[in-house]
Amino acid sequence: MTSLYDEVQAAPGEGVPTRRVTIKVNGEDRTVDVEPRLLLAHLLRQGLKLTGTHTGCDTTNCGACTILFEGRPIKSCTMLAVQADGHSIETVEGLASASELHPIQEGFKEEHGLHCGFCTPGMMLAAKALLDKNDNPTEDEVRWALSGNLCRCTGYQNIVKSVLWAAEKMRAESK
Amino acid sequence: MALDEIKIGGLGASRRRVEDNRFIRGKGNYVDDIVLSGMLHMEILRSPVAHARIKSIDVSKAYDIPGVRLVLTGEMMAARNLAWMPTLSYDTQAVLATDKVRFQGQEVAAVIADDPYIAKDACQAIVVEYEQLPVIVNPFQAMESGSEVIRDDKENQPGNKVFDWEIGDKAATDKAFAEADVISKMELHYPRSHPSPMETCGSIADFNRATGKLTVYMTSQAPHIVRAAVAMVAELPEHMIRIVSPDLGGGFGNKVPIYPGYVISILASILTERPVKWIEDKTGNLISTGFGRDVYLQGEMALRKDGKMLGMRMRTISDHGAFYADAQPSKFKIGLMHSTFACYDIPAAHLESVGYYTNKAPGGVAYRCSFRVTEAMFFQERMVHAAANDLGMDQAEFRRMNLVKDDMFPYRTAFGFLTDSGQYGKCLDIGMKAIGYDTYKAEQEEARKRGKLLGIGISTMTEPLGAGNSREYDILGIKMFDSAELRVHMSGKAILRTGAMNQGQGHQTTWAQIVAHELGIPADDVTVEEGDTDTAPFGMGTYASRSTPVAGAAVAMVARKIRAKARKIAAHLLEVSEEDIEWELGRFYVRSNKERGVTIQDCALAAYSNMPDGMEPGLENNAYYDPPNLTWPFAAYFVKVEVDAETGVWDVLKVVAVDDCGVRINPMVVEGQIMGGLTEAYAMASMQYQTYDDEGNCIGSNYMDYLLPTAWETPGFELHEVVTPCPHHPIGAKGVGECATVAGPAAFVNAVVDALGHLGVRNIDMPMMPNRVYEALTTGKDISGMPPVKMGD
Ligand code: FES
Ligand code: FES
Repeated sequence: MTSLYDEVQAAPGEGVPTRRVTIKVNGEDRTVDVEPRLLLAHLLRQGLKLTGTHTGCDTTNCGACTILFEGRPIKSCTMLAVQADGHSIETVEGLASASELHPIQEGFKEEHGLHCGFCTPGMMLAAKALLDKNDNPTEDEVRWALSGNLCRCTGYQNIVKSVLWAAEKMRAESK
Repeated sequence: MALDEIKIGGLGASRRRVEDNRFIRGKGNYVDDIVLSGMLHMEILRSPVAHARIKSIDVSKAYDIPGVRLVLTGEMMAARNLAWMPTLSYDTQAVLATDKVRFQGQEVAAVIADDPYIAKDACQAIVVEYEQLPVIVNPFQAMESGSEVIRDDKENQPGNKVFDWEIGDKAATDKAFAEADVISKMELHYPRSHPSPMETCGSIADFNRATGKLTVYMTSQAPHIVRAAVAMVAELPEHMIRIVSPDLGGGFGNKVPIYPGYVISILASILTERPVKWIEDKTGNLISTGFGRDVYLQGEMALRKDGKMLGMRMRTISDHGAFYADAQPSKFKIGLMHSTFACYDIPAAHLESVGYYTNKAPGGVAYRCSFRVTEAMFFQERMVHAAANDLGMDQAEFRRMNLVKDDMFPYRTAFGFLTDSGQYGKCLDIGMKAIGYDTYKAEQEEARKRGKLLGIGISTMTEPLGAGNSREYDILGIKMFDSAELRVHMSGKAILRTGAMNQGQGHQTTWAQIVAHELGIPADDVTVEEGDTDTAPFGMGTYASRSTPVAGAAVAMVARKIRAKARKIAAHLLEVSEEDIEWELGRFYVRSNKERGVTIQDCALAAYSNMPDGMEPGLENNAYYDPPNLTWPFAAYFVKVEVDAETGVWDVLKVVAVDDCGVRINPMVVEGQIMGGLTEAYAMASMQYQTYDDEGNCIGSNYMDYLLPTAWETPGFELHEVVTPCPHHPIGAKGVGECATVAGPAAFVNAVVDALGHLGVRNIDMPMMPNRVYEALTTGKDISGMPPVKMGD
């Protein structure tokens, strides 16, 4: 069992309430004691050491913290860790298998869909949510699906190309 | 056989990026990802008001919260002589406020606690009593006689003026105006904009009492400058300071200055003897760290009636916030503003600049530009647009007539810059063709009949990138050279370190390509490292598009030194004299017998195992590169828009970008930079700005108010390429990272103003939000965006 407080401090302060939650993260059950106010993004980053999920704002605008919650893209900075109790989530660390990258990851590299990489995990997960539902999206559908995610570096054009590249590969693979 | 350069990932290869391998797996290593054992967390309490005397600070309640280890105030900093620190522009900046707060968001106290949540709680428990003072939110208020003096901490401070500066030949310019047939004028405000990288600033200071060594992991685009500054401020010996910039989540100039948070975390670590992590939140980043622009530009152009430009005059009034914390070469008070009009053949020019303190966040950083050239080129292209209209000339033809011609290089501008290469006319032609300029006038006429307002905007410019040569460019006295260090291992693999600092530009990928080009060592065999001052050679870092012009040149130069030594080894291995040896990519051979040769890898092995008598073993070297001149890329951008006459909403129909940045190391990466820059240009033109209300509240303090375009709004871009190699750069490259942010905004504004041109509108200040465009449309008047704004504007 991983405990958030094992990671960040010796023990919860006196009078600080905690709740035990179990969340399936990238297919694996993780049980942790958390303060009820702890944000899911912070649990992932600090408690579970899954630092691929980034936080880029305080107002639910940037999408750098996007993960998949029961397959749907959500902003993990705007969900409490306790709300995820009993649920299944996927983070960027779960995209690739031990031997193989996910087509979306390949697409981002192939089409130069990232510069600094800070928005990339969130972008890829938002893209995955789209492609899991629709493996042949139009450019507009891709742009709309990513419109909750900000990127300061790329200008999006290559991100869109990356997603379309991945869609094509996923279609070919599923044939 | 010579190697195929593209196959080994040399110059011109669109090599896929090495750094992507970790980023796409979520395995980047940004400051906030680093965890040190025993690490504490710091949070900063910021001022809610823009200008006030601090009457008292009571931190006792903060200490009541379990897990709080230390609370720092200005007084405690002052006791250690750390309440103020120098800025990169020879001013001072408060680290934690002692006497007054001078802008909303200024650092007032800091809490160090076991966990970031506790630190945030404790900040709320600190009680500060303020006595409010009159607030100044623009330079015109600042210059009024009798206005409150913001920097009363400084002796001999003349009111709120920061500097007064001029350049150019006033007499010659006056004469040009006296002889002009037509004088065209322009006046505008380039609003304050925040670079706002996705990742905010942050640091982890780790002072080790046992060794006396201070290590700071931090978000810096210029770690060596930070080391020098920390040595100065914290009075620690330079060899006992190690600054490490890990992966940066973007920078865009925002991560050049040294911020109070870094300094406070250092003191906190020294006092607690524990590592202290400070990660700024987004609001903190937006309201307190280095902004760009905020300049009022006014000027005029002297013209002959056939369209020839005879002279130009320009005055700038700039708003620097509470501390003059511009990051720019020290000789130039308003950056390289005087590069304005560098692509045009103008005999006489004069610039006057005045800077003022206001109760706003400090800065004036090179936000994705080479020190104020964004403002310079924006004014230039807005002025040119207006002048063409005043003359009744076509936008493209007016530019063509006045652009510096290919055979005029090297060309000395009226302000003294030396532009050295370019094919401006060719770029213009390519852009005109791509945007459909021929048929456009007829199209516009026809559309107007249907109530549609079409516009095309052009922006052409050359900008000075790659500061810079040691005669003219320094920051705090340190010359703006850069460096590279290359070590070839015995198997022919290598490690390269430079004084630059990647923040998304792809140095790990592209620097290796320069090595591949110079030595024939496949790029995949070259590790690139930057950002650790204990290992990297001293360099001035990455901003102002200087990496390729300066550090990139150093990479080529160090590789050439390696090749020179390898040649001696090759002569030894081939048992001929050095003069009888020829080089082809990756291989030395005997001139008389091309079959007889040795590879660079053979030479590397021999450098460790079979060197000639008397030769020093090993194969490594370094190069410090002092560039002879700046590099001068050229850009020609065309934007076509349609404005909705009912609402003022404008849509981008097409964007064409023609860039000549000389030889492209990695075309894929160059195009990525251009598209990123175009997007920031579109952002500034359409939505992104920071303004202030009359109480000094920052409007634009979070992403709900500070609007950044998403994939949905951002238009598509069509890119074109022209290559005029830089004559003095070792591989012919020019800077490019910022051309699009610099030249782009004017193309968008010119397009919208063109669409409204028949209504008599000369200017709409950015951002051209629909309400502003609508007002211009319905009144036919110019729209100014000067703060203060009324809430809800
Ligand atoms: S951190 Fe910005 S939306 Fe979650
Ligand atoms: S790649 Fe830097 S924010 Fe998207």
